[in-house]
Amino acid sequence: MDIHFTPEELTFRSEVRAFLEQNLPTDIAEKVRLGRRLAKEDHQRWQRILNQKGWYAVNWPEEYGGTGWSVVQKHIFDEECAAAGAPRLVAFGVNMVAPVIIKFGTQAQKDFYLPRILRSEDWWCQGYSEPGAGSDLASLKTRAERDGDHYLVNGQKTWTTLGQHANRIFCLVRTDPSAKKQEGISFLLIDMDTPGITVRPIITLDGEHEVNEVFFDNVRVPVENLVGEENKGWTCAKYLLTHERTGQAGIGQSKAALAHLKQIARAETVAGQPRIDDPLFRARIAELEMRLMAVEMSTLRILAATRDGGVPGAESSLLKIQGSEIRQAITDLMRKALGPNALPFLEPELEPDFHGEPLYQDYGASPASQYFNLRKLSIYGGSNEIQKNIIAKLVLEL
Amino acid sequence: MNFELNEEQQMLADTVERLVRNTYSFEQREVFYQSSRGYSPEFWRQLSELGITSVPIAAEYEGFGGTGVENMLVMKELGRGLCLEPYLHSQIYAVGLVEQLGSAEQRQSILPAVAAGERLLTVADEEAGSHYHPEAIECQAVPCERGWRLSGRKRVVIGGELAHTILVTARMSDGEGVSLFLLDPAAEGVSRTSYPCIDGPRACDLALADVYVEADSLLGPAGKAAPALAYQRGRAVAAQCAEAVGSMEEAFRLTLDYLKTRQQFGSPIGRFQALQHRMAEMRGELELARSMTILAACVADDPDSESRSRRLAAAKFTVARASQLIAEQSVQLHGGIGMTWEYSLAHHAKRLVMLTHQFGDDDFHLGQYSALLEIPRQASQQVA
Repeated sequence: MDIHFTPEELTFRSEVRAFLEQNLPTDIAEKVRLGRRLAKEDHQRWQRILNQKGWYAVNWPEEYGGTGWSVVQKHIFDEECAAAGAPRLVAFGVNMVAPVIIKFGTQAQKDFYLPRILRSEDWWCQGYSEPGAGSDLASLKTRAERDGDHYLVNGQKTWTTLGQHANRIFCLVRTDPSAKKQEGISFLLIDMDTPGITVRPIITLDGEHEVNEVFFDNVRVPVENLVGEENKGWTCAKYLLTHERTGQAGIGQSKAALAHLKQIARAETVAGQPRIDDPLFRARIAELEMRLMAVEMSTLRILAATRDGGVPGAESSLLKIQGSEIRQAITDLMRKALGPNALPFLEPELEPDFHGEPLYQDYGASPASQYFNLRKLSIYGGSNEIQKNIIAKLVLEL
Repeated sequence: MNFELNEEQQMLADTVERLVRNTYSFEQREVFYQSSRGYSPEFWRQLSELGITSVPIAAEYEGFGGTGVENMLVMKELGRGLCLEPYLHSQIYAVGLVEQLGSAEQRQSILPAVAAGERLLTVADEEAGSHYHPEAIECQAVPCERGWRLSGRKRVVIGGELAHTILVTARMSDGEGVSLFLLDPAAEGVSRTSYPCIDGPRACDLALADVYVEADSLLGPAGKAAPALAYQRGRAVAAQCAEAVGSMEEAFRLTLDYLKTRQQFGSPIGRFQALQHRMAEMRGELELARSMTILAACVADDPDSESRSRRLAAAKFTVARASQLIAEQSVQLHGGIGMTWEYSLAHHAKRLVMLTHQFGDDDFHLGQYSALLEIPRQASQQVA
């Protein structure tokens, strides 16, 4: 038992850091640091740089283009990327649908989709939630009826993150309406250009267009786009969810955010005194940093107990809860660090192409907005209450 | 970085676990508690026969030469059994001070007997106004011919009634700083007031009235014991975290069993979501406490540094918060039965809450961490 990094791991960290110094575009890092919104092009540019180095599909098995890194290496990589201000990878393609295709897909699906994901030719979004199926995901109603060698898809998905950028969507659809809830569901890959699909924006409380509604009206999907067996889609869904939650611990992001919080608390002053020197505020930061240390250690322990980056449902539930709460708590303190200066709603300053003079400091527009945006963390991917249900059922057997 | 125990460590954990399970049932513990000595000399003898008392002591003094990880494994099981013996204060804290500060002769004359379980040590470092700050003391050492004379009062010396030698902190009357002395509690002018602590183990207060100690009873250089005290308190904190984890695991297990068996409104109360979520939250905090206990065990023997101090403070803070949560909520989820003396859970709750009153509670360690908080030296240009 030893929590110290090995010399090899320290060398790896230097290698990653050097790569980031040379290759992470400064304009992108700047937007990330200041909490500005990123354009589709920003994400794709960074994904292509990573892919060129062979560091994009970190979690894939090596034979498909993965890195073969240990969990500790992956952790170091995440931490360094976040510290340097690299954008958090949009997970839907590379870290969500890809592991499902690798695990359950046909050879033809692997051959077609995986290289396109690696090259950032496809932007995937996720068709899970519906107006009547949120936490109770298995009550979804979007239908897929067999019609020759096609499925005819009808229904509505919602909360589709960055669906406005996507050319593909992976969906949970009901293929057997007579079966019990989880049993009649299938996992379907759909081209967003197919006639009958309409995407409508949903503007969230921070004024951002991040999520969408997606409507399906007699959309014809080839049968070969089914992943795994018909009516066994719930298995894929559960597999994917554990991958989703593991990523949600977001330790690297939280560490970077905490460093940013300290910068803000140094720069903001009250009667000439930096906020960080106010013993009460400083103790609040200290408390968060200690908690983050504990969550990081737990993450490492749980990841170390697994091999392929996915972790058992119950443990990933704990990580999801603790990781999301801590990120929310950090933005809470960032907002408070600004005092009344957090009030102005400076939307143009958050846009990817903002180059003007900020009203106050360049970091000033983001904290309150981020605070509200990140309320989503404890809601999506199975709300934190659902995670507690999972822990009660699977770990505690209550 | 790895979190696996090696074969030897696993054997050690299994050995202590088995011994505690077989000899330290809650009913037995109650007998030990009520006995005149307040602990089990027989259990201590078994620990020494199995070599467990020697675990934290260096091999050159006939010890096992264990690290923070071995200490963690032992303490976790002693915590699970709510054991009353002063293992932490004698074998880990006091031994650490003797190893760090003692001369070759002092170490050689003390440690082998401690490793063998024949001699008990403890540390008298708290006073009425010290509250986890070992330098904030008033006890005085006045130089005299061939030694010193100690005067003052020490509080809550765990295991002080049994100890053959007590390590006493005192200020030098003729200089700066805190010194440590080896005190024979039978010496003239020493009086002990003994009592059980609310969580079980025995302690005593010490009154020192002009007590003569010989020149060679000074442990380490005069007036310079503070760094060693801080360092060894860090090792003690790491071990104490493990004790808390053992106790938390047991309290959690008892509570989970209870939720599955206790029937109200026609079903096991564990079916109710409010209680399920409470348990899930406790499980989450327990997990964090375990993680920080491992971290603490792994850095406990590192050379002194701010990073080590931060991590140990963070560990104790995390464990103290988790301990109190699990103590309070285990009692709450049990209802009235959790309030009774005859049920072990109540004693775990007391232990979990009160162990934060040794070596610093959560607020103390929050303050320590806050003082050591790393602030980026140079704010990035945009912020500056």
